[in-house]
Amino acid sequence: MRKGRFGEFGGQYVPETLMNELIRLEEAYQYYKNDPVFVAELDALMKGYAGRPSLLYPAEKMTADLGGAKVYLKREDLNHTGAHKINNCLGQVLLAKKMGKTRVIAETGAGQHGVATATVAALLGMECEVFMGAIDCERQRLNVYRMELLGAKVHPVESGTRVLKDAVNETMREWAGRVDDTHYVLGSVMGPHPFPTIVRDFQSVISREAREQILDLEGELPAAVLACVGGGSNAIGMFYHFIGDSGVRLIGCEAAGEGIDTDRHAATIARGSTGVFHGMKSLFCQNEYGQIAEVYSISAGLDYPGIGPEHAWLHETGRAEYVPVTDEEAVEAFEYLARTEGIICAIESAHAVAYARKLVPTLPKDRSVIICLSGRGDKDVAAIARYRGINLHD
Amino acid sequence: MKKVRTIRDAFDHGKAFIPFITAGDPDLESTRRFILAMEEAGADLIEIGIPFSDPIAEGIVIQEADIRALASGTTTDRIFDMVADLRRDTDMPLVFMGYLNPVFYYGYERFFTRCEEVGISGVIIPDLPFEEKGECAETAAAHGVDVISMIAPTSEDRIRMIAGEAKGFLYVVSSMGVTGVRSEIRTDLASIIAAIRQATEVPAGIGFGINTPQQAAEMAQLADAVIVGSAIVRLIAEHGREAEPFIRDYVQSMKKAVSRR
Repeated sequence: MRKGRFGEFGGQYVPETLMNELIRLEEAYQYYKNDPVFVAELDALMKGYAGRPSLLYPAEKMTADLGGAKVYLKREDLNHTGAHKINNCLGQVLLAKKMGKTRVIAETGAGQHGVATATVAALLGMECEVFMGAIDCERQRLNVYRMELLGAKVHPVESGTRVLKDAVNETMREWAGRVDDTHYVLGSVMGPHPFPTIVRDFQSVISREAREQILDLEGELPAAVLACVGGGSNAIGMFYHFIGDSGVRLIGCEAAGEGIDTDRHAATIARGSTGVFHGMKSLFCQNEYGQIAEVYSISAGLDYPGIGPEHAWLHETGRAEYVPVTDEEAVEAFEYLARTEGIICAIESAHAVAYARKLVPTLPKDRSVIICLSGRGDKDVAAIARYRGINLHD
Repeated sequence: MKKVRTIRDAFDHGKAFIPFITAGDPDLESTRRFILAMEEAGADLIEIGIPFSDPIAEGIVIQEADIRALASGTTTDRIFDMVADLRRDTDMPLVFMGYLNPVFYYGYERFFTRCEEVGISGVIIPDLPFEEKGECAETAAAHGVDVISMIAPTSEDRIRMIAGEAKGFLYVVSSMGVTGVRSEIRTDLASIIAAIRQATEVPAGIGFGINTPQQAAEMAQLADAVIVGSAIVRLIAEHGREAEPFIRDYVQSMKKAVSRR
């Protein structure tokens, strides 16, 4: 495979202004990932600050209720800042600091990646600016304030459709204007090489832990692992160390919004086609002239018209399966997990829980499945209430 | 269709002035008129922008032009039709400037076949750096279309490599960041141009941020051409379909500035 490629997917489709910076980033990453000092510092932060390893929790009530395989939840929601995003931010901000950068910028959708970036920037003493679609700023005001508390400057993005993809556009524009002292902490396994690889490596701690944990608890590998997919960072983290275990099904759950037969969804695998956008060749929701489509999901974190290139490749080779999950199914799963296990998960993660509810009863009781609970759901409570017709003051 | 003059021809009569215009802003008929007006006013080559939903190298002025153009129903097919129509009235060299996805999705073979048919001599694709040129450079060349390379203030050691394989002309990005008018250009363009000259004889034009005749005259001292986009697009944003006399005056003043000795 060519450098930075997953089959035909991946690559570096960015303006010339950014090319030398991407080359420097790749060189720095290749050096530091094998540098024992860097590895030890990152490990210490993962353990002592983020709270790793995260639990592999046996969801016994859910298992009993579904009457099939044993359900385990990989509790990324218990990390500091409440989601898997911190894994990548610790890695990238530490790397940026080693590269001599003094400022980090990031895009954010729901605000989780922005909060995680602002958190690590505060910890490591870096300047931080976050770009967030104006509509998302309005939908997630609490997270905007949270980032400001952490010392970050939040820029509402008024261009384009004013959501996540526009926030990525704006962060890339900002980066092209100032690379000397600034690193772009990309939040998912997307964008130009080397980002899909760097983010995957930092997120792969999820499956590295989960694989050991499940072998300890069950003495054998799970029948399947499931995760929600927007850009795909928690999913690739959950899949990565199981890719070589051909008996383990890898299942990505993408946002079908109001249904993949409507035009209100963000189901890139089900409805997208190959294209080149945000620096990568991958699958995108787009129109007949290659204009990027407006997508929709109740989950701001999955509301993205593309998917990381490694997922496009895992899909093409058939190694992973991708299934659409609607808003309604996700909201039901969100409520179900709260009632059944006493866990309020992120609406993003609820997409994976929703598909597990269909899959688990079809699997034998002596097998297991792992659902990646990518984040906690505090941020979603007001939106879910609204979805159910209840107006809360948030 | 008249025999189209080459890109080289645009550079054979002293310093060239290259204006940019977004196709379909505010509609394709206006674009056609504006292009002819710019030619009459002294433009040597014109860049026609193919609007894209997410133009990541553009500042706000051209972003908004892209939105207006797409909202007016502009498509790749209709742009080709407009250019074909234009070819009844002009033989001037024309190039497209657009993001890779609309070209990729149209299909490289189909896209460059159409370019050849309507007399498009080159394409500038801001999100297609040297390393990814292999996407479409061969197909483009087979249809006589140059894939025009860009050089940025950060290119440094890459200049020799990029310039060494340059076709048509080189687009030298004057400043960091995105397109849009700037009050001052601080990049050491003289040394970038010197590095280019060591590697190639292909002409070089400077673009990004140039607005006033004064700036244009300064840039023309350094390079073979001056490229201006946002300042023209801004006139269209302001005057819409009635922008023609304003564009004509502006292009005349800029052409005069770059030709000054």
